[in-house]
This record gives sequence, C-alpha cells and structure tokens, in this order.
Amino acid sequence: MIKFEKFTLDNGLRVIVHTDNATPMVCMNILYDVGARDEDPEKTGFAHLFEHLMFGGSINIPSYDEPLQRVGGENNAFTTNDITNYYLTLPSNNVETAFWLESDRMLSLAFSEKSLEVQRSVVIEEFRQRYLNQPYGDVWLLLKPLAYKVHPYQWATIGKEIKHIEDATMENVKAFFNKHYKPNNAIMVLSGDITIDQVKPLAEKWFGPIPAGPDFKRALPIEPEQRERRTLTVERDVPVDAIYKVYHMCSKYDKEYYTVDLMSDILSRGNSSRFYNELIKKQKLFVDVNAYVSGDLDKGLFVVSGKLVKGVKMEDAEKAIDAELNKIKTHLVDEKELTKVKNKIESTRVFSEMDIMNKAMSLAMAEHQESADLANTEIERYNSVTAEGIKEQANKIITEQNSSVLYYHSKKSKV
Amino acid sequence: MIQTLDRKTAPPFHALEKIRIAHALTQKLDNGVPVSIINAGTQDLVKIEFVFSAGVWEQSHSLQASCTNAMLDEGTKTKTAAEIADSIDYYGAFLEQDVNQDWAYLTLYTLVKHLPSVLPVMEDVLKNPLFPENEFGILLQNKRQTFLVDNQKVAHIARTRFNALIFGKDVSYTYKLKVEDFDLLKRQQLIDFYNTWYKSNNCKIIVSGKTDNQIVKLLNKHFGGNDWKAEAKLPEIEAGKIQSDPKQKHLILREDAVQSAVRIGRILFNKLHPDYHSMKVLNTILGGYFGSRLMTNIREDKGYTYGIGSRLISLRNAGYFFISTEVGVDVCKPALTEIYNELKRLRNEPVSNAELDLVKNYMLGDFVRSIDGPFALAEKFKKIMLYDLSYSYYDEFVETVKNITPDVLQELANKYFAEDQLHELVVGKV
Repeated sequence: MIKFEKFTLDNGLRVIVHTDNATPMVCMNILYDVGARDEDPEKTGFAHLFEHLMFGGSINIPSYDEPLQRVGGENNAFTTNDITNYYLTLPSNNVETAFWLESDRMLSLAFSEKSLEVQRSVVIEEFRQRYLNQPYGDVWLLLKPLAYKVHPYQWATIGKEIKHIEDATMENVKAFFNKHYKPNNAIMVLSGDITIDQVKPLAEKWFGPIPAGPDFKRALPIEPEQRERRTLTVERDVPVDAIYKVYHMCSKYDKEYYTVDLMSDILSRGNSSRFYNELIKKQKLFVDVNAYVSGDLDKGLFVVSGKLVKGVKMEDAEKAIDAELNKIKTHLVDEKELTKVKNKIESTRVFSEMDIMNKAMSLAMAEHQESADLANTEIERYNSVTAEGIKEQANKIITEQNSSVLYYHSKKSKV
Repeated sequence: MIQTLDRKTAPPFHALEKIRIAHALTQKLDNGVPVSIINAGTQDLVKIEFVFSAGVWEQSHSLQASCTNAMLDEGTKTKTAAEIADSIDYYGAFLEQDVNQDWAYLTLYTLVKHLPSVLPVMEDVLKNPLFPENEFGILLQNKRQTFLVDNQKVAHIARTRFNALIFGKDVSYTYKLKVEDFDLLKRQQLIDFYNTWYKSNNCKIIVSGKTDNQIVKLLNKHFGGNDWKAEAKLPEIEAGKIQSDPKQKHLILREDAVQSAVRIGRILFNKLHPDYHSMKVLNTILGGYFGSRLMTNIREDKGYTYGIGSRLISLRNAGYFFISTEVGVDVCKPALTEIYNELKRLRNEPVSNAELDLVKNYMLGDFVRSIDGPFALAEKFKKIMLYDLSYSYYDEFVETVKNITPDVLQELANKYFAEDQLHELVVGKV
C-alpha cells in the first residue's frame, strides 16, 4: 500500500506526494505523456532522441547533470511506446535543486546545435550497440511492422532506421517540445523524505509560473482486426534458431488485460510454469521459452518467444508451443495454479514497494493510465481473474488469423 | 509585490549531515554458523542469504562451481525439480542461486507470513540435492547455447579475453571456458564439489528485512544441527601466479562488426589495500559516473559511443581496474586516443577544486543511496563481512572522500595509470 496525496497546479501539472521517512533521500519522477506512438511515421525514434536532448541544457541552466551531481543527485530517463519518464534521487536537504532543474527544462530547453549533433551520434551508437551489433538484436525491428500495419506501434522506440535519427533538425526538436513538454501534459511524483507541505510551496514557486500549453488531443489510427496469419523468415549469423509468435490483445485500459497477463504467467513464469516443465525440461525442445504481454496502453501484443535447442526443427518447436497454447484454450486452469500466479503478483508488488524510486514510478504510471489509486488497487484486478476468463481470452486471442510469426534462423543451422 | 524568480542561480547547497548506516547484528546458530541480522524496512518481507566460499576460485574444472550451484534445486531425495519449484512459486517466494569468482549464494526472498512454509524447502535443497543426470544434461546443453550466443557479442568477448590477458594462464580467476568443457564435466564432479564446500563450517547467513530474533530460532531448527558439517578440513587452494601478458596491445578482428568493444586496464589490488578508497575517488573522476571525464569527452562531446565507464574490481585474492566501451568502428581510433588523453590529463594536471567538490558530493550522495533499505544494507554488510572487515571500513571511505586532495589524486594517477602498465584489447575493427 502506497499512501499518497495529490494536487494540481493552475497550469495543469498534477503533483503526487508519497512520504517515506525511512530514507534520507527524495525521488522526483516526471512523466510526460508522449511516446514513440506520437511520432511522425517519417520521423521515428524522435521521442527517444528528444529524451537525450533533455539533458543538453535548459533555457537558464547550461548543464542539467552537473548541478545535480554537485548536490549528491543521480538521474536517468526512459522512453516507451507510450510515455517518456524522467527520474532523479537526491539527499532530501537539497530537494530544491531538483525543482530548479526540472522546472527550467519544462519551461524551455537551450536548443543547442552542438547538443543535437552529439546526441544524434550517441543515439546512432545506441542503435548499433543494442539493435544491430547484438545477436537477435533486430527482432523487434522486424516483428513490430509485421504485427502492426496502421498503428504507430509498428516501429520500435529507437526508430525504424538510423536515417530518421540522422535527419532530425532543430526545427523538429522545437516543434516537438512545444507540442508535448507542457505542465498540463505531465505528472510529477515526489517520494521519500518529504511531505506535501514542503512540496506545495516549492511546486508553486518553480513550476507554477510555467504557462500551460494547448491540450494535446491524441488521435491515433486504430489497427484493424487482423484477418490472416502473417509470417516472416530471416536468416542471421546467430548460433541457434529462434521463434517469435505474437497475437493482438486488448489494451491496458481493459480489465481483460489482467487476465491475459496472468495467462502468460501460467505459461512461463518461473521454473514451475508450463512452458518450462513441458518444453524445456520434458520435451527438451527449447533452451529458453517465454510468454508475456507487451503492456502497452493501446491494444498490445501477447508474445511467445523461444530459442530452440540445436538440431530441433522449427516446425516441431512451433507445434509444441501450439499444443501448450491449445491446452490453455481447451482446459480450465486449475485453482491451485491460478492461486500460485496471483500469489506471485502479490509478493512482487510488495517487493516493488521497497524503494522510493519504484514507488514514485508506480504512482506516476497509474496516474497516467487512470488514477494514482490504481497503484494500490491493481492487485484487486489480478485477484478477480478467473479460470473461465483465462480460457475465454485464450480462445479470443490465440487464433491462426490473429498471429504473426517470425522464424529467425541461424545461418549455420542451414548449412 | 512581484518578485521575479531567479532561475539562473542554483538553490543553496546543503552538505549531508552525518551518514548513519544501520549495523547488522551477528550471532551463532547451535552449530556455529554465523547469522547476521539486519532488521529494517516497513514491508513484511525477508531475505535470507546463504554464502559459501565455493566460487570459481575453489573449482578444479570449468563450470564446476556454477553447475553445482545451479543444480541445488533440481531435485532432492524426496522432491523433483518441478515439485521444488512449485512449492516455492506457490507462496510467491523466490529462490535465487548465484556464483561469482569467490562465492556461491543461495538466497530466499519471501513474505514473512510464508517463511514457515518455504524454509523447509530451502533446507531440503541445501542438504539433500541429488544432482539428477537428466537435469544436469539439460543444464549443460542450455549453458552451452548461452555460451555460444554470448560469444557473438563483442562486449562479452572483450570481457572474457581481457581477463585472460591481465591474469595470465595460471590463476583460478582466469577465464578459461571453452566449448569442449561442456562435454567434459561429470555429475560426480558436482557431487564432490558439493560435498566439499556446501557445508555448515563453510557457510555464513545474512538475514534482512522485517525480522527479529525469532528468526534465529527458526533457522536453528532447520540449519543449526550437525547433520551438514564437512567431515574433512576445508582444502587450501593453490593461488597460482598472476602473469599478465607481456604484450600490451591486442586486437581480435571481427570484419562484420559495426562497433568495436574496447577494454583498457590492469591488475591492481583489492579493497584491503590502503590506496583503495582513494582510487575509488580517482576512478569516479575518470569513468565512474555520468559526469565522468570519459563520458563527458567521448560521449557528450564527441558522440563516439552510447556509454563508456571505468571500474575497480575487488576479488578476495586480487583486484583489477578497467575502462570499457563499445564504439562505432569508424571512430574507434580517435576514441582510443581520447581515452589515453584522459589518463594522461589525470597524470599531468591536478583535478580542479570545483570538479573534486562535485565528485565528493556525488560520491557521498551515492553512498547514502546505496544504504537505502534492508536489502541494500545487507549488501553493504556483505561487502565487508566477506573480507573480514568491520563497519569502520565505511567510516574510512567517507573520511577519505571528504578529505582527499588534488595532489594525492595526481600522485595516484602517476602511480597506477602509467600508460606502459596498461593492457588494451579491441574486439572488432580499429
């Protein structure tokens, strides 16, 4: 249970405070409601590139990192399909430095040409390091456009191609900032050694004067229902074959989301899971095989991925996965198995509430999705999942025509 | 009255008040196993960690230490692997196994309320493992494939090959794993390793979370007896001699690489050495945080890389220092030049007071961050316990950070970062 209080500034910035006196630190988390899904299809990777530029100095402060480190602080950020999230921790007696830094970059960036030029290179190196120079690194670059034809989830957060990053201009950067980086498009959470009475005056002082922007109305194209199975076969210089099967599922806003999430846990969470025992241990077809949900806010994907044991045929591996999926479609999950995955959700939740950064992020994400309360009530949604519900979702989602399959062959295995 | 807000000036800085670190209290089970307890936190959780000196250092065959550890929960005299997994997962608990160069760990995370249900499983896993042939075969096969995948990653190749460069052939710490080793390891070697090292007289327990002395009773019930004591004295391990490769610069060519992995470093010392705390400061300046000189120059100014950093590694019987990065093959050469320039700058010029103040504050803040919460406190305790150090080690660290001067840092840079003492490895293309 994360206790919190909430208020909203006149400019629309929502502020949430969670006090935890067990630590001498404070975490400030600012979530901006902008992600890769808000990008122009011809300028993909931009939300993430922009995240890098947020550290390149703001209108009144030439460097973001240096003054924060000078007061013992540390920070980072990440971009997803749906949001961009910035977080920092610092000793509580220096918390005003966080307000000073974060409010200035919400007010305006420095828009330095040098920063743009350097961060373009840094992000291109990131593209190479994580997606190109890694075995299986390009999987999502291939899978996303296979599964999505219309919705912007068809590209990865890093972008479709390096060229889009190379082509980013300062004009694009400014337009993106003006459109998305506004107090009324952000949620700020403070957690740790701080109270709401300390936060209120600081928030008014530093964030209050930032003007609100026009409300951003998101109008994304809706992915049409998939009507036939899609496949893609590639060959790469990797040691073993891999298979990826993805199915369209509901959005995180739907209550069925929790059902599908637990279904994936039954299939593959931990060494007592079905996939582990059947496909790895008993049939010895896979080295590694997983089922999970992408967790996107718009309609997401139910994913099954596996790396094959050397010598196993791709079609045999796929058949074995399908047989397991078929079981969950035709037989009700037994109560003990369902209780087991629910217990795991409960304990994971308790573990995640151990540090102030996790708690701040949970609150921010919950507020963005629905309401900060959700951070505490989500567990009830998991607890209300039934065996019948799982069977129903399995039958709805796991169908031939709703599937996209990537066959990722090892070059060596073909020889 | 309208007061304009001064956004250009930083709010006043406040130094950290006295840093307090909650101590572990150590007592002994009936059979002499030390149990150290850190009672902290608000969540109803507990972590119980068993530590054995049963790492790579103790093994006489490649993979022996890691496979023995991984096989503990793969079947006991009374339970199959699936039954063990079920009885842990059902209670939402987690059983983790891990091995590094020096130590082997078996760790249980659980809600306090489920402790009586899961502790017997942990006891069974620790005292009665069977090392079934079938499970062992699967483990080896899976580890072999992971090995093959890892060997396609330039960073992995750099890490493992660099290790061999600085340690030489004869030391237990040298990375020696070859694909043939997966065929050579025998089940009996795991049983032997287990029988030698996974014993009460080679075990330490650390408990952290919302806990109290009641847990000692419970631990005594399951682990306090003399039924898992080694019969023989623990063997002494021959240390072997560190002999770094006489050739300094090495390239492993990868024609198809789009990035090169770079490692530069040397054998140094572990945390028992008097210069260790000071070297932590020097290393932080060089490559130990986001604002470090390497990051500032090579990422934030030149854009050659997504990340670059440097680290000091402390092992029980040795220590080393290294810089690592992955850079575009087209900029590998200038990146190398800049790395050596940064080392040279540390040798030739004193660090400015402004930079040093920043680093001191950052390090103290980071230290406070690292003692936040019961599990973090347990980690902190473990790092001194395993070296037989006391908490005064951390007081000395804080004092060193507060008082170190630019002159001392420059002296250390000249002593330890001389270019002719460094090994360089590039995997990819220069």
